Amino acid sequence: MSEYYVCTGCALLCDDIEVETENSKVKTVHAACRKGVARMKGCSDHLECTIDGEKTDVDSAIAKAAEILRNADKPLIFGHGNSSSQAQKMSIGLAKKIGAYLDDTSSFCQGPVIEAILQDKLKTCTLDDIRHKADVIMFWGADPSNSHPRHLSRYSYFPRGKERQRGWEEDRTAICVDVRKSETAVICGDNRFYQIPVGGDAEFMDALVSALSSKVPKTSFGFDAKRILELANVLKKAKFGVICVGLGLIYSLEDLNPLFRLMDKLNEVSDFNLMPMVGQYNMRGFNQNLYEETGYINRVKFNSETGVAEHGPEFSVVEALRNKTVDAALIIGSDPLSSLPLSVSRYLAEIPLITIDPCRNLTSSKAKVTIPCALGGVESGGTAVRMDGVEVELKKILETENLPDAEILRKIMEAI
Amino acid sequence: MANVMEIYQLLPKTNCKECGKSTCMAFAVDLLARKVSVDDCPPLVNDAKYKAGYEKLSEMIAPVSGVTDTGLIVHEDKCIGCGNCVVACPVNVANDPLGAGSGKAPTSEKVIFKVEDGVVKARNVKECRRFGENRILCVACIDTCPTKAIEFV
Repeated sequence: MSEYYVCTGCALLCDDIEVETENSKVKTVHAACRKGVARMKGCSDHLECTIDGEKTDVDSAIAKAAEILRNADKPLIFGHGNSSSQAQKMSIGLAKKIGAYLDDTSSFCQGPVIEAILQDKLKTCTLDDIRHKADVIMFWGADPSNSHPRHLSRYSYFPRGKERQRGWEEDRTAICVDVRKSETAVICGDNRFYQIPVGGDAEFMDALVSALSSKVPKTSFGFDAKRILELANVLKKAKFGVICVGLGLIYSLEDLNPLFRLMDKLNEVSDFNLMPMVGQYNMRGFNQNLYEETGYINRVKFNSETGVAEHGPEFSVVEALRNKTVDAALIIGSDPLSSLPLSVSRYLAEIPLITIDPCRNLTSSKAKVTIPCALGGVESGGTAVRMDGVEVELKKILETENLPDAEILRKIMEAI
Repeated sequence: MANVMEIYQLLPKTNCKECGKSTCMAFAVDLLARKVSVDDCPPLVNDAKYKAGYEKLSEMIAPVSGVTDTGLIVHEDKCIGCGNCVVACPVNVANDPLGAGSGKAPTSEKVIFKVEDGVVKARNVKECRRFGENRILCVACIDTCPTKAIEFV
């Protein structure tokens, strides 16, 4: 029990997890939250290797998958949030070879913010910086108590750090801006919770910028100006501030300009960083891998002859499925039939569909070819990128007959 | 969490002393502290007119089984294993400053809280600051729990 493993339940990638095993199964998990334990104990319903619903062996399934992709004019490769970096790189190579549309969940998630961070448009820091230095932590449109249960206890609010020795009561201030009183808002307390109407984020940000410039902040929804001025004062006095941006904020903004304005102003008067609250454990890894390769973080289509990537909203998974521009799909480590609106994702059931995943899900039930892979971080190792961009080495805990995701993609690529 | 007045309202309020206590209020206080059980009140159990009160009280008191010696209860169905209490507990911080106190998994056996299988488990509860000679009304674990899964009775 002395070895520590990495939890792949969310993009925090907690690396202090101890595991007890029995009969090649995970018996007890120490220190992980409920979300992480569910992930590490494995699937309740394992995916089987099938072609057209009939059980088969892995080699035939891989050959069939290769045939589908070879015969497709415009295949789509989507997923990657729950895949190792090695598998993601293979996927990029595969997409290049067959001229596929390539996208991941960030195209309807944290994509814009991660893009801005990778292009150095937003100042960011690591989670360890937050633990050691942060004194003002703002959760905007995020509820880590539910999405990343150990965020507050491991990094942002409760732990003692090098420059924050006295703990949360004296050394840290947590602020929550949200449309509802979430469980994180309850922890922040009524005085530090700013409830805004749905869609009011951009206006609230601009009001905050006015307050930081010592002007009277005004909002159309009549938010108490005194409270905004009070908040601006807290932010001004911060020695090391951080804004944890959740999906609530990103879905509410039409573009990121209000966020840029706020971050610029905050960095004029004090020192503020931004942390994207990435959900799936290696979504940021995919964005970084693709960015290194092509200069774009998602929504690309490769030219099969030149290998050059084109980028645009029309290559996003949502638009490609809505406009029915793709004619085959490979889904890896994701469940778009559950996460996308049915009006969009229904088209996936009409085209030849291949899924690679450890567990059965709604998408795999509609797939022509299903290939089970090893569960990342439990049955296979590799690397993954945490929400703050730090690369973390995953360790294998259990043996399995299933191939790792990267290996399956390599074999498909060879067979094409 | 139930308070003593809520419990008292559901009792017969006759001060019959059949339970051995001098008043129904005294019984309510002991019931809240789990020193007695609902079944220790004979009229409540036997008299049909107090049936509704008996059922309500049984429901109110029943979920807090598995109470530790010091009255600390973790509602496992509510706990999400976030570990806020593990990191916030002053005893954990004092006994394990570089482990639990710094947000990581506890490295000492002397901690009060530890997360196991996604649910917090209380141990070494005698170390808790709410008990012993120099006790104080510490609420670090209760205040920091997002789901209100910890309570003291």
